[in-house]
Amino acid sequence: MPEPEPNLDVVAAEAISAARCELDAHVHKIVQWHFHPATGCPFWLQYAKEVLNFDPLREINTYDDLKKFPPFEDELLRGGPVRRWVPKGYENSPIFVFETGGTTGVPKSRIVIDDFRIDYELFSKTLPDEYFPPGSNWLMLGPSGPRRLRLAVEHLCQFRGGICFCIDLDPRWVIKLIKKGWMDHLEEYKKHCIDQAITILGAGHDIRCLFATPKLLEALALGLEEQGSSIAEAGITGIFSGGTEFTPQWTRFATEELLGGSPSEGGIYMTPTYGNTLMGLACSRPVRAEDGYKIAYYAPQPRAVLEVVDFDESDRIVAYGETGRVRLTTLTKEFFVPGFLERDEGEREPPYEKYPWDGVSGVRPFRKLTDATTVGVY
Amino acid sequence: MLKLPIIRWGKPYESLESREIRHFISGETIAQISQAGAGLLKRDLRKATAAREALRSIPCAELIQKVQQAATLFRDGTLPMGDGTQTPAEFARAQSATTGLPEHMCRSNMEKNYYVLRHMDRLLDALTRGLDLNILSHGYGTEERGVTVSYQAQSPVLGLVLPSNSPGVHTLWLPVIPLQIGLVLKPGSLEPWTPYRMMSAFVEAGIPSEAFSIYPGEGADIGSAVVSDCNRCMIFGGEPTIEQYQGNPKVQVHGPGYSKILLGDDLVDDWEDYLDLMVESVLANSGRSCINASGIWASRHTHDIAEAIAERIGPIEALPPEDEAAQLAAFTNPDMATAIWNTIEADLQESGVEHLTESFGPRLVQHPEHAYLKPTVVHCNSATCSIASKEYMFPFVAVVECPEDKMIASMGRTLVASGLTRASGLQRQLTDATHIDRLNLGPIKTTQLDWLQPHEGNIVDFLYRARALQTTDQANTSLPGEGNKKAETSTS
Repeated sequence: MPEPEPNLDVVAAEAISAARCELDAHVHKIVQWHFHPATGCPFWLQYAKEVLNFDPLREINTYDDLKKFPPFEDELLRGGPVRRWVPKGYENSPIFVFETGGTTGVPKSRIVIDDFRIDYELFSKTLPDEYFPPGSNWLMLGPSGPRRLRLAVEHLCQFRGGICFCIDLDPRWVIKLIKKGWMDHLEEYKKHCIDQAITILGAGHDIRCLFATPKLLEALALGLEEQGSSIAEAGITGIFSGGTEFTPQWTRFATEELLGGSPSEGGIYMTPTYGNTLMGLACSRPVRAEDGYKIAYYAPQPRAVLEVVDFDESDRIVAYGETGRVRLTTLTKEFFVPGFLERDEGEREPPYEKYPWDGVSGVRPFRKLTDATTVGVY
Repeated sequence: MLKLPIIRWGKPYESLESREIRHFISGETIAQISQAGAGLLKRDLRKATAAREALRSIPCAELIQKVQQAATLFRDGTLPMGDGTQTPAEFARAQSATTGLPEHMCRSNMEKNYYVLRHMDRLLDALTRGLDLNILSHGYGTEERGVTVSYQAQSPVLGLVLPSNSPGVHTLWLPVIPLQIGLVLKPGSLEPWTPYRMMSAFVEAGIPSEAFSIYPGEGADIGSAVVSDCNRCMIFGGEPTIEQYQGNPKVQVHGPGYSKILLGDDLVDDWEDYLDLMVESVLANSGRSCINASGIWASRHTHDIAEAIAERIGPIEALPPEDEAAQLAAFTNPDMATAIWNTIEADLQESGVEHLTESFGPRLVQHPEHAYLKPTVVHCNSATCSIASKEYMFPFVAVVECPEDKMIASMGRTLVASGLTRASGLQRQLTDATHIDRLNLGPIKTTQLDWLQPHEGNIVDFLYRARALQTTDQANTSLPGEGNKKAETSTS
C-alpha cells in the first residue's frame, strides 16, 4: 500500500534537534574511524599529517566542526593506488571499485564494501509494495560497466526478493558520440539499448519493476508505443528513476502522457532519486500534481548530508527557498568526504516529517559548469 | 510581459518550466516562454501525418490565397501572441528588445516576410517550374505536355531549428504551408516572435492550427530531437553545424554565407562606381545576414577600395534601437562581441593584413549587459591571410587583393557572389563554380535577393521527391477537373 501522505509543513522541532544530535554523534564516530591509525585509510592519515593544521581526532566532534576541512576536490579520486582509500579496518574485506567519468582520461574511482547495499536497502523501505511487489523481477535500464548503479539496482531487486535483468549500455561511448556530434549514431545506440529492453520485457520474465533514466524511460515508452503497447501493458507497475533531468515538467509529462496518469489512474508509481557514487541515494518527498510536481530530495542522513550553499562562500548555507550550489558530505565507515561541492545547484528546502533535516529541490547542473558538462546521456 | 506557451499541433501547452527573455538594455522581462523537452516533441511527432492531412484537405490554390491573406495580417494586424496580443509596432519593439536589432530593421524584416507571403503564387510557380500544385497534393498527375509525373512528400512535416540573430531567415520556410507540409518549429531562444506571429497570421487567415507545432527549449535537447525525428529538417547554425550535417539528405543546413563581391579586371578601374553597392552589401541589416558581403575581391585598387569603404562605414556609431537612423545591432551577449573582437585582433597581427577602420576609434563598445562591434574593414594583400575567409555577425569586410585568375579557386564556399564583370570568360567561370550558391552577374548587391529563385537548395525538391509512377488506368493520372490527356508510355 502507498504510504499515507506526510505533513509537509509541520516538523517538530524536537525531531530536527534529535536528527542533528544523531548527526553530530555520527560525525564524531566516523572521523574517529577514518583518522585513527588502527582503522583509517592511508589517504586520510597522510592528509592529516601533511595538509591539515589540526588534529581531527581531537577537534572534530560535531558536524559544524567539519568546516575546518578545506573543500574536498574530487580530482583526488582520480588514479591510484586505489588501496589508499581502503580503511585499515576493512583491509581484509572484499572491495568493489566504482567509477565515474572516464570518457577521456583516468576516471574517478571510489571504493565500496557494503555501502551500496546499505543505501539501497534504506531506499527499499520507501518503495510502496503495491507498485513494487516483493518477489517481482526488475529490469535495470541504465549504465553497465564499472558503475555503482548497476550493482545497486540489482541488489535492491534481490533484497526485495526478485531477479534483476540488465542491458549493455556504455555511457562513455554515449558521451563520445555526443561530443563528436554523431547524432545518428547516438540515436542508433539508444535504439540498440531500447531494443534490448523491449526484448527482455517481452520474453515472459514477469518483470514488474524498472530502473530507467528519464531519457531511456521516454525512449522505452515510445518504443513500446510503436509496437502498439505501453509501459503499463508491458506489465511495469513501479519505476525508480533519477538525475537532474528528472524535473517537475518531465515528471508531469511522463505521468500524464507516458504512464497514463497518477498511480491510482495509470497503475504505475514512479519515484525520483538523486544520487551519485559518493553520496548514495537521496530520496524525494512524494511528488504530487497539486504541488506542481515539485521534487525535493533529502539525503540519507547521517550517512550523507546535502546542503545548499552560497555560490561564492561555500560555508554559508543559503536561506530556505534560495538558490545555491549543492554541497555533499559523505560520512560512512567505508568512505569519508567532507564538503564536496557538487556540479549541481538547487533551492534549499526545509525539513519535513519523514526527513527532519534540510533538503534540496529544483536540482539542475550548476550554471557555471553547464557548458563543460554532458548530462542525461543514458 | 507576455507568456508564450508551447504549441502542440495548434494547442497551447503551458510548461512547468519557463525561461524569461529580457530587454537587452533595460533588463525588463519581455516574455516568459514555456520550455519543452525532447520527449514531448518526439511523442507529438507520432501524429505528424495529421498535420499534413489537415493541409491536404484544402486545395493548394486555396491555401495560397490564405497565405496571401496572412501576409497582410502578419504585417498590419493585431494578432494573438501567447496570453496577449501584439500590434505590428509592439512586435517590432519586442523583437528589437530581445535580439538587439534596431526596430526599423525589424520592420524591414516584416516587409520581407510580407513580400514572400504576398507573392507566394509566383514564388511557388517559379520554384516548381510551373507545376500544377494539385499534382503535389494528389501524388501524381499528367502535365499539359502529356507526361505523367509523380512527386512524393518525403515528410509530413518540416522541422526547423531557427536562429535568434536574423529574423530575415524566416522567409525560407514560408512556402512550406501551401505545399501542404506541416511545421515543427524550434524558435531561436531570443527570437520567438516571428514563428508565433506567423502562426497567428496563418491561423487567422483560415489555415488549420493543427498544422503547427512550436517547441521552445534548449537547443541541445529540442534542437537535436527536431533533427533526429523529423524526416526533413532545416537548421541554422555555425560552421560546426554545417560540418555535422553536410551530406545528410534529411537536413538542409544554413550557416555563415561568406558572401562576396568580385571585381573583374575589366571593371575594377571603375571601382568607385560600385562603392554604394559594396557599402550597402556590407552594412544592410547590420551585417547580420548570411547574404551580407564579408569579402570583396579584386586584383588591384584593393587598398583604395578598403579605405573608401572604411571612410563610409567606420564612423558609424551605435544608436538606441528605436532610433530610425540606427545601423548597428547590439550583441545581447556582450561576451560574444568580446570573443569576436579578440579573434579579429589576433588575425590583424598577421603579415599582410591592415585594419582600415582603426582611426575611427575602438570597434568594441562594451556595456554591462550588451555590446556593439562597430563596422570593421580590413585589407589583405593576399588570399592566404586567415582573415580573408572570415565572416562575423556585424558589418565586417575583408578587401582581398588576388589575381583574377586565382580568385574563384581561392575564395572558398560562397552563398552569394556578385560578379562585377562583363568578361565572358570570368562570367563563365563564375557560372560553373559549384561552390557558389546564388550568383549575381552585374552590379547587384549581395543583399538583393530574387525571391522567385531557390536559396541554398530548392525547398520543393527538398520536401518532394520526383519519382516514376505508372498506371494502367490513364484516368487515374488526371487530376480532378482536368481532361484525360493521353500519356505516352514505353516498355523500354
